[in-house]
Amino acid sequence: MSRIKIVLGALLVLFAALLPRLNLSIPGVLPGPTYTPGTLQILAYAFLIAALALSYHLVFGVAGLLSFGHALFFGAGAYGLAIILRRLLPAELPPGTGLLIAVLLTLALSFVVATVVGSVALRVTGITFAMVTLAFAQAMNVLVRRNTGGITGGEEGVSVTSAMVPSFLIGVRNSANLYWIALAILVVVYLGTLWIERSRIGTVAAAARENELRVRVLGLRPYTVRLFVFTAAGVLAAIAGMGMVLLQSGTTPRVTSADFTLTILVIVVLGGVGYRWGAIVGGMIYTLLDKRLSDLASSDLIASLPGVLRVPLSEPVFILGMVFVLVVMFIPGGIAGLAERIRPQTEESAHGQR
Amino acid sequence: MASTTQPILRVEGLYARISGQQVVEDVSFSVAPTGVTALLGRNGVGKSSTIKAILGIIERDGTVEFDGERIDGLRTDRIVRRGIAYVPEDREVFASLTVEENLTLAVRQAEPNRALVDELFPELRTRSQQAAGTLSGGQQQMVSLARALLNDNRLILVDEPTKGLAPKLVFDVARVLKAAAETSPMLLVEQNLTVVRELAQDVVVLSGGRVVHRGPAAEFLDDERLVERHLGVAGAEDHHTPEGSGPDGGAR
Amino acid sequence: MNTVILLLITGVGLGALYFLVASGLSLIYGLMHVLNFAHGAFLTLGGLLGWEVGRRVGDGTWAGLIVSMLVGMAVGALFAVVTELVFIRRLYNRHIEQVLVTVGLGIASVALFEGIWGTDAIITNKVPWLRGTTTVLGARIPNHIWLLISVAALVLAAIVLFLRYTRYGLIIRAGVENRTMVTALGIDVRKSFTLVFAIGGAAAGLGGVLASVYYGNVSAHQGQSMLIYAFIVTVIGGLGSLTGAAIASVLVAVLQQFANFYLGGTGDLIIVLALAGVLLVRPSGLMGRKLS
Ligand SMILES: Nc1ncnc2c1ncn2[C@@H]1O[C@H](COP(=O)(O)OP(=O)(O)OP(=O)(O)O)[C@@H](O)[C@H]1O
Ligand SMILES: [Mg+2]
Repeated sequence: MSRIKIVLGALLVLFAALLPRLNLSIPGVLPGPTYTPGTLQILAYAFLIAALALSYHLVFGVAGLLSFGHALFFGAGAYGLAIILRRLLPAELPPGTGLLIAVLLTLALSFVVATVVGSVALRVTGITFAMVTLAFAQAMNVLVRRNTGGITGGEEGVSVTSAMVPSFLIGVRNSANLYWIALAILVVVYLGTLWIERSRIGTVAAAARENELRVRVLGLRPYTVRLFVFTAAGVLAAIAGMGMVLLQSGTTPRVTSADFTLTILVIVVLGGVGYRWGAIVGGMIYTLLDKRLSDLASSDLIASLPGVLRVPLSEPVFILGMVFVLVVMFIPGGIAGLAERIRPQTEESAHGQR
Repeated sequence: MASTTQPILRVEGLYARISGQQVVEDVSFSVAPTGVTALLGRNGVGKSSTIKAILGIIERDGTVEFDGERIDGLRTDRIVRRGIAYVPEDREVFASLTVEENLTLAVRQAEPNRALVDELFPELRTRSQQAAGTLSGGQQQMVSLARALLNDNRLILVDEPTKGLAPKLVFDVARVLKAAAETSPMLLVEQNLTVVRELAQDVVVLSGGRVVHRGPAAEFLDDERLVERHLGVAGAEDHHTPEGSGPDGGAR
Repeated sequence: MNTVILLLITGVGLGALYFLVASGLSLIYGLMHVLNFAHGAFLTLGGLLGWEVGRRVGDGTWAGLIVSMLVGMAVGALFAVVTELVFIRRLYNRHIEQVLVTVGLGIASVALFEGIWGTDAIITNKVPWLRGTTTVLGARIPNHIWLLISVAALVLAAIVLFLRYTRYGLIIRAGVENRTMVTALGIDVRKSFTLVFAIGGAAAGLGGVLASVYYGNVSAHQGQSMLIYAFIVTVIGGLGSLTGAAIASVLVAVLQQFANFYLGGTGDLIIVLALAGVLLVRPSGLMGRKLS
């Protein structure tokens, strides 16, 4: 990566970090000026979704594994943190220490879960792999919905109360702090993704995606390499999941559902399979679009339309789903691919840096 | 329209890829309107891929003209419907279908040449209700050839029909090919040089995805140094093809 | 003993429902290598429109139910054919993209159905006889189970006969085994793609109507939740195998019923474990050929 890119990236992060202190408005995209809690909340949510999409990029874009169970790891992070905070920590621990311990425990837990799921699922390939991961995620979904062991809270999910986390992370007044945490998570996940992609293992995983034979000839087992990438992506997803618990003061079974995994898949494809920044942009755009389309759905303009138009237009997910279908059919490479084609052979875009 | 000397098939600058890997590179040759043209080369040089590229089974670039008309933009089924039969390497019979069903599926014309097939392959008739997957290798090759000969073809592409067969069966297959070549031109991939000598009038030799020799069959086969260089089997006309391509294939 | 018989027969009934979804999935996958995530939407729309028309003809009557089933089949088939012609065909041989498109269609249609019919389940009226029970060896079997079993058996028989005795059936069987070779015999295999979509869609649409009988309601999500079970069934049975789908449907549903009853409602979990187990021992499923 060129120095210019590092500087640009750092400036972008710095700019994002300053947003809570700025009074910027983007009408039609953000609900209010950037310092308002509502806007910060949405942006933070979008960052976490972008982080999750980045972790999925490792699995799908880099290793070429079509997993339908990635939400499992996000869910493991979310439920792991929430449950450990709520159930397992002694009440007398100060919230700060408690949170730190809980985060570390959750990381360890998600590592174990990802390793176990990966080592089983990766024994099969292709569409069967997709089905096994879907099945595992579904099992997790069933478990949490069932309120297994009385700790997952069934359909309600698990909420985290103010006693369990440091006070600077609680309440509308502290939206900026949560926003910064979400931003930090996105940066951490980005750097993690970058590191794995650049590492020898990441390169070999990408090579195995194109031509498994060649990797075997080199005397490497695609299985091991894929397991590493799969597990690392799982842990990164869990980090995003933990951020979501803090941001939303808890978690619901929705984050473990097949629909949620499909949403991530949609995001990564929209952004452009194989592009890191595509995953981020896809995550941001999807989240903001989802929000804006929901607002549009309840607007007077839509309400005044005849039924044939009103019904589809007032379903954001319908619109997003159809947009996705059109992108898959007509814009291979998604947003990132499109951008790449518009300015084809400028300095670096010709080789690498995807 | 077509004069007698105009080739039935003309391949010009053909390229093909399999999962991103270039397996056929700038291949040009033509197939005479009568008789057998043999496509030769060591294991893995791209003979099967060339045939698949002609048929559009794998991604390809370049010109393929059949009887004076371009067919390189057509779908496989369209190409075949123009009168090109394909007998693939490894037979590729439908294992779970009966012999009869395999044949029925292959019929492309209102009046298939049942009598011819029954005469050439009497054994298939007695086994018509047997699942093709339960047949021996030789019998499966019969099914595969029968599927092609049921129709009146304008060209037959045959890929290693004697591969892995016992000597007696090799002879039977050669006899069938000879009969078939009397009614339509044939492009034949064959490792057994005795069979090639028996059937082919022309040869096209590939190496590393490229054409390295073209000319009359007898001339090529009689030149031991040429045969040795391109096929690595000097004069070994009864040579048995080993399975797969060993690393020692060209090292001698 | 009564309980065992009850669980067994209701299990077979539920399996019948799974089969109606899984049969199409399996055929489509077998021939085209497309895992069809829109299949649940075929079921849902079949169920919803079948119910809309059926209740107008005669709510809670046999006539209404039969019309529902016919409408469900037609709607499912039509939806499936449009899906294949408009979306799948253009992405010929790009399997990942094809799967992604069906994912998008599945997501979008559920949202659209929610917009039209709301997010809550709508209670449906049953034919009086179907509300009753029949005693078999001391077990009181709900009558709608018999309907499910007999319809699914008819569908199975019809598909088997079609595959065995028609030219298109022959092409489909051959195509499941080796699609390239079918085209290399001069056959335009794409027509049979549309056909398997139509058959699968019709079976799913019929399944939608029967699901509304089984659960006593219709909803915009019915297909999506059923789809996951159907996937599991399809993979356990062996992708591409109709017989496998039939056997696995019954096995999975019966297992699920027993686990739900005897192991404290763990049916869903048990079948997921069964799936993992089968895949690890036999990655190609019970009746599947080796996957490439
Ligand atoms: N499915 C595939 N994936 C990747 N590479 C392939 C595949 N099929 C063939 N190849 C490669 O393409 C090259 C040409 O193969 P092809 O089958 O055309 O050779 P051939 O001359 O017919 O050899 P043989 O005598 O063994 O039949 C070989 O190097 C082979 O390794
Ligand atoms: Mg070959």
